Amino acid sequence: MTEVFRDKVDVSLTVNGEPVEARVPAGQHMIDFLRMELGLTGAHASCEHGVCGACTIRVDGDAVRGCLMLAAQADGTDVWTVEGLTDAAAVSDLQDAFITRNALQCGFCTPGMLVAAEELLSKGGVPSRGEIREHLSGNYCRCTGYEAIVDAVESVALNRAGKGVA
Amino acid sequence: MKASAGGYARAESVRHALDLLAGSEGQGRVLAGGQSLVAAMNMRLSVGDLLVDISKISELSGVAVEGDILRIGALTRHAQVGADAQIKTHAPLLTAAVSHIAHAAIRNRGTIGGALAHADPAAEFPACALALGATMHAEGPSGTRGIAADEFFEDVFTTSLSEDEILTSITMPIAEQGEVQILEEVARRSGDYALVGLCLIKRAVGHRIAVFSVGPRPILATNAMAALDQGDVDAAVEALSNEIDPPSDTQASSAYRRHLAGVLLRRAVCRMKGETA
Repeated sequence: MTEVFRDKVDVSLTVNGEPVEARVPAGQHMIDFLRMELGLTGAHASCEHGVCGACTIRVDGDAVRGCLMLAAQADGTDVWTVEGLTDAAAVSDLQDAFITRNALQCGFCTPGMLVAAEELLSKGGVPSRGEIREHLSGNYCRCTGYEAIVDAVESVALNRAGKGVA
Repeated sequence: MKASAGGYARAESVRHALDLLAGSEGQGRVLAGGQSLVAAMNMRLSVGDLLVDISKISELSGVAVEGDILRIGALTRHAQVGADAQIKTHAPLLTAAVSHIAHAAIRNRGTIGGALAHADPAAEFPACALALGATMHAEGPSGTRGIAADEFFEDVFTTSLSEDEILTSITMPIAEQGEVQILEEVARRSGDYALVGLCLIKRAVGHRIAVFSVGPRPILATNAMAALDQGDVDAAVEALSNEIDPPSDTQASSAYRRHLAGVLLRRAVCRMKGETA
C-alpha cells in the first residue's frame, strides 16, 4: 500500500522563466534543490528552520522560505531567485540603493533581503520606515544593524513613487 | 539540518488524501503550508513521515458567509486571512491575529487549518477559535463531524482529531452588531511567538476571554469573563490570575506571564471602551 508514497517525486516548474523538470527526493527542501541541483546559489541555506530569511525566494509571486517548502511541493509553480530577478533587471534600483547606502557588508542576507523588500515595494506606495522594518523582520542581518537597509528600501520606494531626492 | 521524509504523495482531493492516510500504516502526516511541519522535519523532530500533501486541493481554500456563519477553508493562507474583507467584517479578531503571526514570508505559505491542527499553545489562531466559539470541521473515513473549539485543543500539539481525519474548514458565528473583538499580545521581537496573548470579545450576552501561551493549550478564562460581565475589571484580573498556571521557560517566568496576562486584559478592556491604556 505504501508504494503510493514515493521516495522520489517528479516535478515540473519554471525557475527564473525557464522550464525545469526534475525528479527530487521526497524530503529535499526547495532551497537545496535550487542550490545543489540547479546551481542557483544566490539564495542561501542558513538556519534551515525558517527563522533567518536568507533562503527567501519568490514562488507564484509571493516571498517564501526556501527551507520551509519541499521541492516536491514546487510542481506547477513559478519560482524566481535573485539570479533571475537580477537578469530581468527587476531589482536593479534596489541593488544600486543597497550599494549606495552600504546596506550590505558580508552580503550573506542580501539575496533574501532583496526578495523580501521587492515584495513590499511591489505593493506600491511609500511604506513607512516602521512598515519596512516590519516587512523585513523575518530577515536577519548580522552586519549592518538594519538602519542602512531601511534607508535603501525607503529611498527606492520614494524614487519609484517619483518623490526621490536623488 | 536536512529533512528526512519516509515518502511523499500529492493528494488530488480530500477523499484521495483520506485514502492515502488510511494506507500509511500510522506513518501518515498531513502536509499543508509546511511552515511548522517542514521546520520540525528539518530539525529531525519528525523523521520518516509519509507525507500526504493536501496543499493543492483547491476545494479546501477560501472564505464564505453562509447565513450568520463564516466559513474559512483549512488551506486558506495566513496572508489571505489577513487581507480578506469578509473576515475583517465578520471576524476581525482573525485579521488582527495575522499581523502577529511570524513574518510575511511565513504568512504567505502557512494555513489556518495547519495552525489549528498543529495546536501550538503559543499560537494565535487556536486561541482566536476558542474565543470566537468556532467549530472545526473534520473529514474521516466514516464521514464528517464538527468539533467545538473547547473540545478540539487537548494538549501541547495535540487535538481531538483522529489520525485518519483531516481538518477541512473552520466556522464561526459572524460578529453581531456592536460586537468588539480585540487581540493583545506581548512578544520580545516582531514575529516571535507570544510570551502571553489574550483575545477579548464583547457580545450582547457577555464577554469571552481566551488566553494563550500560558499553558499546554489555549484557555477560556470563564471566571474572568463572569467578573467582566459584572463590570469589575479588577476582579476580572484577579480571577484571570487564579485560573491560569503558566509555565516558566527560557523566555519568561511563570510569575511574569501571570502578570502580563493581567496587563493585557486591562489593555484590552481599555481598547474595548475606546480609552488609551
